[in-house]
Order: sequence, then structure tokens, then C-alpha cells
Amino acid sequence: MEVRNNLRYSEDHEWVLVENDIATVGISDFAQDAMGDVVFVELPEVGSNLDAGQPFGVVESVKAVSDLLAPLSGEVVEINEELLDTPDSVNSSPYEDAWMIKIKLADDAQVEALMDAEAYRSCIAEQ
Amino acid sequence: MLKTTPLNRIHRELGARMVDFGGWDMPVQYSGVIDEHLAVRKTAGLFDVSHMGEIEVCGAGALDYIQQLTTNDASKLIDGQVQYSAMCYENGGVVDDLTLYRFAADRYLFCVNASNIEKDFAWMKGVLEKGDFAAVSLANRSDCYAQLALQGPCADAILARLTDSDLAALVFYNFIEGEVAGVKTIISRTGYTGESGFELYFAPEHAETIWNALMAAGEPEGLQPIGLGARDTLRLEKKYALYGHELSSQITPLEGGIAWITKLDKPSFIGKEPLSRMKEAGVPRRLVGLRMTQPGVPRENYPVFIGDEEIGIVTSGTMSPSLKVGIALALIATGHHSVGTEVSIGIRKRRVAAEIVKTPFV
Repeated sequence: MEVRNNLRYSEDHEWVLVENDIATVGISDFAQDAMGDVVFVELPEVGSNLDAGQPFGVVESVKAVSDLLAPLSGEVVEINEELLDTPDSVNSSPYEDAWMIKIKLADDAQVEALMDAEAYRSCIAEQ
Repeated sequence: MLKTTPLNRIHRELGARMVDFGGWDMPVQYSGVIDEHLAVRKTAGLFDVSHMGEIEVCGAGALDYIQQLTTNDASKLIDGQVQYSAMCYENGGVVDDLTLYRFAADRYLFCVNASNIEKDFAWMKGVLEKGDFAAVSLANRSDCYAQLALQGPCADAILARLTDSDLAALVFYNFIEGEVAGVKTIISRTGYTGESGFELYFAPEHAETIWNALMAAGEPEGLQPIGLGARDTLRLEKKYALYGHELSSQITPLEGGIAWITKLDKPSFIGKEPLSRMKEAGVPRRLVGLRMTQPGVPRENYPVFIGDEEIGIVTSGTMSPSLKVGIALALIATGHHSVGTEVSIGIRKRRVAAEIVKTPFV
């Protein structure tokens, strides 16, 4: 499973790319593989405010429904509209085409609490 | 401790994702549910269904016993025929749905759902002991059979390479005892996918031999192993009931879409009286097919509405791999169940539009 070095990861298998005060969020290669064929994605409205740990959307495979949990608190400033029509890109391109939302960070310290790539590799190795 | 089929090692070697399915360690997918589903519709797929149960009924009076036990009319069977049937409780709820094989006037085999084997056997034993069936014997033969399903438009061509049996002469819901790859096998033209194909029963020690022979014989067509994930989506597209979803102790066969195998004109069978009364009074709910008209995936237990009135509940749902749209089976209050009715399905906090459609879906 690919784990990208430039990203941070949550225990719920979301990845986060922080650029200035904007965090881009998606789900990891490990998570998409565990889920199987993704057939539906539901994302929040732009302008909604998220608390870390709060569900912000849903990813559905043929078999199951999984909540997406916000890895960080902040306001949703952009969502990936294209992903709603191409949910299978969660499987084919989890770190690029299938980014999900961009959050304007409310608390920078939350970023430090996420795993770095090395810690996330150990985390998934145990599963 | 999970139960395993004789093909467990092969599934793991193939890299299947394994799940606990009613106490069995079973492959849910190999390459992916959608890919496997489409392979069965287009070419062929091979399923390990060795977890299914086999219960043998033998002796003089076997037919009388089976007639009491099952909803369909087993007297219509001749040797070499298979019948889809069900067993009901006294109150009309379903014990299990099953396929019934007639080998001889005094020898039958029930193929039952894996998670119901012990329950079914206990029920069948109870009925046997209460009735006047002294010459009938019952045996749980589930450990004596492995079972593979070879399904899809290319299934005939593939199996023909491994058997001398006349497959062309074998019609739907009939079986023959022959050899596959040199192994004594019951070759049954039945399945749970809606495609042409076979279910093969043989001694478990030969499971790897037959699996490998079939996979090799099917290489030109690209025969693929298929997991339980695609088994479920394939049956759902054809509106085949799955016990625990469309049928249960709380759902009668008249409601769950199998009225066509419930022969209320039979002299008697367990559950007949309450079912006849239900039919007379009007069956309160019906199993229908729903197709989403807005984006969304219907799932089991989601409520179904017309306006604000809740009129039913989803029993099974998925994103149809063939149609690329959400489809579901649902129990709907009679009167609201006609094809063309516009409904909505409660998906999380939203109401998403769907329509009652003709089935099978594909």
C-alpha cells in the first residue's frame, strides 16, 4: 500500500495535505483497498464547519457504507464536485483525483497530532 | 473457531479477502466485486459454495414426509429433477428456502442455506418424530459434499471439456450423476445468478482437483473465481430471495416473493392454514424491486416512503454493477406496490427518489 511521505494521516485512514492554512483531505490507499469498489461518495456543503472527529461525508462500496471523519477542525472551503460523478477514482487515485474537501484550519496544533508517514506505515502494518 | 471449506487454502493463495459469513471463513472477493460480477454476466465464474448444507431423506414414505415439510408440490418431481422449495413454521414464517433433489422415489437430498443447517436439521427431525414416518430416515450429509457453482454464458463450453455427460440434454432444474475431471459428481443445472450454469456436488477430498481442473479448462474464456460479494449482487439483480433478508421467521413466503412455490392447493403442509388465511384476507405486504431515480445506494432496513407515509422497508440493496444505478428489494404495503409507483428511500437524513420497477432488474 502506498503511503506518501508529504502527507499526514488520521487513525481513521484519512490523509491530509497542509498548504498554508488550508488542509486538503482524502482517504488513504490502505482505506480504499479495504473498502473495495467505491460506488458512491457524499460530501458536505461548502461553508459547513467541522469539528475534528465529526462525520463530514460518506463513502460507499458495493457492500458497505463508511463514514468519513474530519481529521481536523475548520470550515469547508471547497469540495471535489467531480468526485461525486467519478467515485471509482477513490480506488484508482486516492491521493490525487480523489481528494475530497479543503478545510480552512481552525487550529494548527491539530496537524501536529496527526501521524506522519512513518507512524502511519506502522499503524497499517499492525492491521 | 470459523468453519472452513476444503478450498480455504486455494482462496488464500489467490489473495481473496476472507470474511466471517455465518460462522464460515469465506472469500468475499478476489479481483473486486464489480469485476467478478461482470465476468459472470459476460463469460463465466467459479464459486466455492461448499458451505451450503445437504440433508438426505430416505425410505418408504419419504415423499409424504417431504410434502408435509415443504411448501412446493414435491409429487411433481421425477428422478433427476430439482425443485426450488421452502419450509415453513406452523405460523407460516419461513424456516429456510432450499433446493430439493429427487434421486429415487425413496431418496431425496435437500440443499439448504449454510447458516441454517443445524436449525433446519433440528426442525426436520422434529417433524419426522411427530409424524407417522417410521420408515423415513434423515441424515445431515453436509460434511460429505463440497459444492462448486460454475455460472455464466460460457459455463457449458467449459464443463464439457471435463465430462462425458451429455450437458446439452440436461435441462434447467435437472441433474445427472456423472464424472467431472474423473471425479464422481452430481451435475445440476441450477444456480443463483440468473445465468446458465451448473452446481456441482462431490466428495470434499476432491475439491482442489475439481477447482483446479475447472480453472484450467476455463482459461480460454477467462474463467474467474467469484466471491460472496458478487454472488449477492448477481442474485439481487435477478430478485432471488436470500434467507435472513427477503425471507425469515417473520416473513411469510407469500410476502417474500416466493408465493409461486407455495402450493396452497396441496392437501396439507406445515404452515398452510395461516398462509391460506393470509391469502384470503389479503397479503399485507409484497416484495418489489426498486430502482433509484436520484443518486444513492439503498441498503437493508432503509425505510421506504410515499410522501411522508412510511410504506415499507428495504430488505436488500446495492449499486447494480450491470445497470450502474442503485437497486433494492423491499417489502411494501399492499396497495402501494404496483410497478411505476414513485417512492422515496430514507438514506441517512435525506429522502432519495426511487421507483417500483419490473423485476428481474436485468
